[in-house]
Amino acid sequence: MSRPSDHIESPAPSKKDDGVAQPKLTVVGYLRFFWRQLTSMRTAMFLLLLLAIAAVPGSLFPQRSSDPNGVTLYFTNNPSTAPVLDKLQLFDVYTSAWFSAIYLLLFISLIGCVIPRTIYHARALMSAPPKTPARLERLGAFSAFEIEAGETDAAGVPLTAAAAVETGRAVLRKGGYRVKLFDGRGPSGSEFSVSAERGYLRETGNLVFHIALIGILISVGIGGGVGYTGQKVLVVGQAFANVRLTFDSFTPGRFFSDSELQPYRLVLNKFTTKYEQTNLNAYGQPIDYKANVTTYDAAGKPTKAVIKVNDPLNIGGNEIYLLGNGYAPSITVRNPAGKIVYSEPVPFLPQNANLLSLGIVKVPDGLSSQLGMRAFFYPTAAVNAAGDLASTYPDLRNPMLSLVVYKGDLGINAGVPKSVYALDTDKMTELAGPGAASGKMALRLKPGETAQIPGGLGSITFDNKAPASDKTDVAKSVSRFASLDVHRDPAKGWVLFFALCVLGGLLTSLFIPRRRIWIKAVELADGRLRLEYAGLARGEDPALDAAVTAIARRHSQQLGLRLMS
Amino acid sequence: MTTATLASYSLTVIYSAMGVYLFAFIAFTLDLAKRSSEIPVAAVVSEARVGKMSRAGGTATLERAPVVVPVGRKSSRFERVAFALTILGWVLHVFGTVLRGVAAGRVPWANMFEFSLTASAIIVGVFVVVQLWQNLMFLGAYITGFSLIILGFGTVGFYVNVVPLPPALQSYWLVIHVFVATLGTAFFAIGAGLSLVQLIQTRREANRFSGLKFLDTMPDAGSLETLAYRVIVIGFIFWTFTLMAGAIWAEHAWGRYWGWDTKEVWTFIIWTLFAGYLHARATRGWRGSRSAYLAIVGFGAVMFNFTIVNLFFKGLHTYSGL
Ligand code: HEM
Repeated sequence: MSRPSDHIESPAPSKKDDGVAQPKLTVVGYLRFFWRQLTSMRTAMFLLLLLAIAAVPGSLFPQRSSDPNGVTLYFTNNPSTAPVLDKLQLFDVYTSAWFSAIYLLLFISLIGCVIPRTIYHARALMSAPPKTPARLERLGAFSAFEIEAGETDAAGVPLTAAAAVETGRAVLRKGGYRVKLFDGRGPSGSEFSVSAERGYLRETGNLVFHIALIGILISVGIGGGVGYTGQKVLVVGQAFANVRLTFDSFTPGRFFSDSELQPYRLVLNKFTTKYEQTNLNAYGQPIDYKANVTTYDAAGKPTKAVIKVNDPLNIGGNEIYLLGNGYAPSITVRNPAGKIVYSEPVPFLPQNANLLSLGIVKVPDGLSSQLGMRAFFYPTAAVNAAGDLASTYPDLRNPMLSLVVYKGDLGINAGVPKSVYALDTDKMTELAGPGAASGKMALRLKPGETAQIPGGLGSITFDNKAPASDKTDVAKSVSRFASLDVHRDPAKGWVLFFALCVLGGLLTSLFIPRRRIWIKAVELADGRLRLEYAGLARGEDPALDAAVTAIARRHSQQLGLRLMS
Repeated sequence: MTTATLASYSLTVIYSAMGVYLFAFIAFTLDLAKRSSEIPVAAVVSEARVGKMSRAGGTATLERAPVVVPVGRKSSRFERVAFALTILGWVLHVFGTVLRGVAAGRVPWANMFEFSLTASAIIVGVFVVVQLWQNLMFLGAYITGFSLIILGFGTVGFYVNVVPLPPALQSYWLVIHVFVATLGTAFFAIGAGLSLVQLIQTRREANRFSGLKFLDTMPDAGSLETLAYRVIVIGFIFWTFTLMAGAIWAEHAWGRYWGWDTKEVWTFIIWTLFAGYLHARATRGWRGSRSAYLAIVGFGAVMFNFTIVNLFFKGLHTYSGL
């Protein structure tokens, strides 16, 4: 069996051998029946269409893999339907049982289809073209010519059928055809013919295409299994070492082992941003982000490098990507005696295009009570028409911090992990902010300013990070952070390799015509010679007629004759 | 000249192109109407003759298996005018699109508005160039009408001022990936048009209803299907390349080559649909109308991806600029 039995070029099914006929009622009969169904063209096509349809819901519902926050939001907004959808795995479509079932079936079908075809094709590659059909004129592309008795060839030797076919063989071979000579007696006299075939690459390309698809699936699976991804937020000046614990979050593949982590260290020296200033239609739109880093290999040798958005850094088997950035205001908290109990740059999450950012500060120790703050940072603060603070530009022009302060139980002692970006104020009282009983408003600080915490708990300082020589330069007063994604996917190169095979196979199989051509020379009873040319396309072949005509023309030229019509 | 003036010139040129296309569309439609009144020219069956091969001067006849030679229809005046207008409109269209690129200082396909300019320019361009290979004039009304609709939505609904590219789009992959995707779209559009005519032609051939007489001047359903297949195959190759280039770019920009982002999902869906189409063409019982429907559904998915997905679906590819 070369191709699925319902392939358009396979012989039409006989009544007995019909693919939909009742299988013999034995286990083997059923299995064979089932296998033939699974590896049929129709099944492959249905599974492909089904796969396309099954992929649709993944674009309608937020997916945990690409949009975890969206999923959380969906649960909040649709508390009654979300759990049902979740049961149906509609938030994990691409890893769901049903989606996996479709593509696994498709690939089983693919393997079952490709193996017999490969074997058949390998045999075809080693065998000669088939015998010349008895009646060439039945073929679509056909033409015939007659030559007067006693005609000579270019060298002046009388033309015989055998000599004409020998010349034809040479012409076809030069044209890249695989050839075989046949001779025998036809109805009208002794005849010689050459049977030629070309375009085996078409089938080869098709097989390469399908096998490479399997290659892609396997490489993607392996890559996801042994690779990992990690996220790290680095404030300018901070460093991270490639150790699992230093990552803010780390997602290993199923077969990951810590030995894959190669030792290196990376320091974020500088983070530069550029925003549009001249084009008023795009005022403040980001134009460039650049992270200057120094890396240290296991031996401690430093190397300087730059990471940009479309330009990751390769180091230690990793790619490091710049995926996000923002401000990390430095906040220092002192107790009433003036002793520092907290001093850290706090990465704030950007909330809008002008980088209004939200941050959480938790001070668990050192004061008479635990302290929590929910803070907004405005890189360019301005009071809008409604009297509220807003940020009007993403760069630092008028930086301002607004802090809502709580005291009480931060809820972090119970050992339950808490997100650093969330503050649970259930067991806390608001000291300053819109809900403070004292009526004290949120604390507003500019870089370098200090405010007392209401209730005599101590003080809060918004540190000015500008260098001592340049203290008045607000543009340098607040540090930035870069959020880096560290990836390892050792099978990535293979995915690319197989993808290129897919493309190459596709081009070959769609554009290389596969065709058979025959030249037959018949010695007629009256001494004349009849030359016949015919072609048969296998698969789509728009140029078959032209090819047969060209062969006939070249052949006659070789014979020193001219085609006339 | 400032960016804003250049951009406004560009828009003016685009509006003129739309005006010319409108006249081309009308002329193509008149041509279709005129085709209805033509007496269909019967295909001629060439007679079998036997040829001779000889030294120069000898007698010769040639034998061929009987072949049906369709007699080429003489193009009507409307058709020639329509095509000339299409070319004129297209030159203006390309000029306006290039002006937009000059105004922005980059390739003109970075947001929905620019993408509709470029995509429709490429669709018309492919239509014009394909005529060198095959007379597809009967698709003229479809192509000019379709481009007019895209340009109409683009200019009225999606117009945005020139803004610089956000860092994620600053990549040569934007140039390659989007351009090839557009080329693929153009071929799919023509393929869908051919499949549509094929479906109508099939119906007509089956029950011989006498309306739509202009269909007599067009290829029969079988030839239309073959043409559609050849055009769609080219589109499919471009689409395969788009998918791969997109994956490589995603790898550069977001650190993963495939993440099932909305846009990736739809690119995949379209690719899979057309792979299904190619299979259908090789499956017994699925040639003909069934595969034609698949080709149309596939192109429907392309349009859905370009409009609804871009505008209403959430994802990393939010570049519509709206
Ligand atoms: C992952 C799923 C599959 C995809 C994406 C796919 C895609 C394609 C594409 C794009 C083509 C046309 C290009 C070419 O000829 O190389 C094709 C052709 C073909 N496929 Fe598949 N295929 C898949 C699975 C299968 C399976 C399971 C079978 C067997 C049942 C199969 C059998 C064939 C055959 C026989 C052809 C040649 C058609 C012809 O003669 O024109 N494919 N496939």
